[in-house]
Amino acid sequence: MRLVILEDYDQASEWAAKYICNRIIQFKPSQGRYFTLGLPTGSTPLGCYKKLIEYHKNGDLSFKYVKTFNMDEYVGLPRNHPESYHSYMWNNFFKHIDIDPNNAHILDGNAPDLQAECDAFEKKIEEAGGIDLFVGGIGPDGHIAFNEPGSSLSSRTRLKTLAMDTILANAKYFDGDLSKVPTMALTVGVGTVMDAREVMILITGAHKAFALYKAIEEGVNHMWTVSAFQQHPRTIFVCDEDATLELRVKTVKYFKGLMHVHNKLVDPLYSMKEN
Amino acid sequence: MVQQIVSDAPIVQFTNCRILRSHQLQREDLWVRDGKILNPEKLFFDEKGSADIQLDCKDSIITPGFIDVQINGGFGVDFSLATDDFKSGIDLVSQKILSHGVTSFCPTLVTSPPSVYHQVLPQISIRNGGVHGAGILGAHLEGPFISKEKKGAHPEHCLRTFEAGAFQDLLATYGSLDCVRIVTLAPEMKRSSEVIQELTKRGICVSLGHSVANLSQAEEAVQHGATFITHLFNAMLPFHHRDPGIVGLLTSDKIPAGRRVFYGMISDGIHTNPAALRIAHRAHPKGLVLVTDAIAGMGLAPGRHTLGQQVVEIDGLNTYIAGCSVETALEAASLHPAQLLGIEHKKGTLNYDSDA
Repeated sequence: MRLVILEDYDQASEWAAKYICNRIIQFKPSQGRYFTLGLPTGSTPLGCYKKLIEYHKNGDLSFKYVKTFNMDEYVGLPRNHPESYHSYMWNNFFKHIDIDPNNAHILDGNAPDLQAECDAFEKKIEEAGGIDLFVGGIGPDGHIAFNEPGSSLSSRTRLKTLAMDTILANAKYFDGDLSKVPTMALTVGVGTVMDAREVMILITGAHKAFALYKAIEEGVNHMWTVSAFQQHPRTIFVCDEDATLELRVKTVKYFKGLMHVHNKLVDPLYSMKEN
Repeated sequence: MVQQIVSDAPIVQFTNCRILRSHQLQREDLWVRDGKILNPEKLFFDEKGSADIQLDCKDSIITPGFIDVQINGGFGVDFSLATDDFKSGIDLVSQKILSHGVTSFCPTLVTSPPSVYHQVLPQISIRNGGVHGAGILGAHLEGPFISKEKKGAHPEHCLRTFEAGAFQDLLATYGSLDCVRIVTLAPEMKRSSEVIQELTKRGICVSLGHSVANLSQAEEAVQHGATFITHLFNAMLPFHHRDPGIVGLLTSDKIPAGRRVFYGMISDGIHTNPAALRIAHRAHPKGLVLVTDAIAGMGLAPGRHTLGQQVVEIDGLNTYIAGCSVETALEAASLHPAQLLGIEHKKGTLNYDSDA
């Protein structure tokens, strides 16, 4: 893995956005040759989305030939509910960029047959040629997407019941009222994300530090599903200083020492204007 | 996911603008299709649609079109004069006020003899606005059932009462109520309650004005259905601390639950002292409706012009904006008149699915 440690949230968000930007541009997407991106929700990636929007508004990055697949969506929440992941993606990303609506895929938590919806999603990913870069976050309980502790590490897209930790973490989006938080969600599986050619996990904040420790310094374990990525050939963890608080000093020093190598991935920052 | 294309009409996206929405100026794009404000999120996910035309507004403010519920004419046209070319006169005003931001209006007739109403009213038709001009929401009949003591610029010889036949008298005077949206009357007149009830039942907004009513008479009128006050402070008894008169409706506790009393104000700094305007606004901010009460001389050079049966001299023009936030002023000219006329689901806002 690569462990990229930046000083604070803003710098981590910017590094991640630059990386995504460079990957898309270097891929040279065009008609019939789309760059496929897996996308997360939540508070962690907001800074990254803002930067990507900035690059787009400056004319440096276009999403015209990018296909996106979101990780998850609540079950039973109306699509236009302000806390649905559809609303999140529209307000925080899609409405500011030039992506073709036909290329933005999000699971439908109100589909009449939920498992069929999940199977169809897997099929769409396959038809798109697989995911080039899957961007994700980590829950305080070490989950990736909604693959709660105990999820199979070879799981596929399916319906999951949310763990109490997750419900508590999400309560802040529902006026702090636990009864309003959805209890079920559709989510890509651990296996689904493992199939991606490259994975980038964003982790910021002291409250995620223990989960990061469990994910990269302990063994592969279905109780901390992000640990599965220890077995993925190309994973990058992008974090801020606070997220490293539970790691060994040795680990942190080693990877900080590699920053000059890591920074070559984002500097120079490419622009579509040159093409 | 089923893809449903709702319409083939081009979709216009206004970018780089500030729009008045939810009582605030927000930095958001405005999407329009087929003359209606569009919900872009629904467009994106349900229809998989995107904009056909993008317009850069260079940081301007987009506000709902203003709705003027009291305008007697303008540009040489007098709505209270039964001329041969009345229709083209209304078209002219409707077209000219567009550039002032007014997209809907109620042509207002001041106190006139029955013959004028009988000739003019059938020539007013309710119609949507468009590129050709502002929409017509219906006529505002200000008089003749008003008080002699508060006639203002209205001609005394045309004043009437409906003591004898109440609503039938009113109907006989006006001839037809088909395209009438607002009637201003003085509630202290005998049998006004019956008249107010009957007008309200027919969906016509009753406004109190040109009156010497005390507060209880005004409150009774509201209980029978009146919802508007014509140019607050002007042509009514002044506020008195032991009997606030019509002005007291702004803070009355006898307004039926769920109802709101609106009040028109001519905020040119002349009809009302700005300090008085601010007192009214602070007492009842959600009821303020800005009106022009413009007359035929509006937009024309100084000189003599008509106001119905009267002749008026114009000498320069004045405007004044009360010291309040931009959002408040904009809502007083758009949202509040729409709420007064019960059309806020379609007009007066930039909410999704309302008329663009």
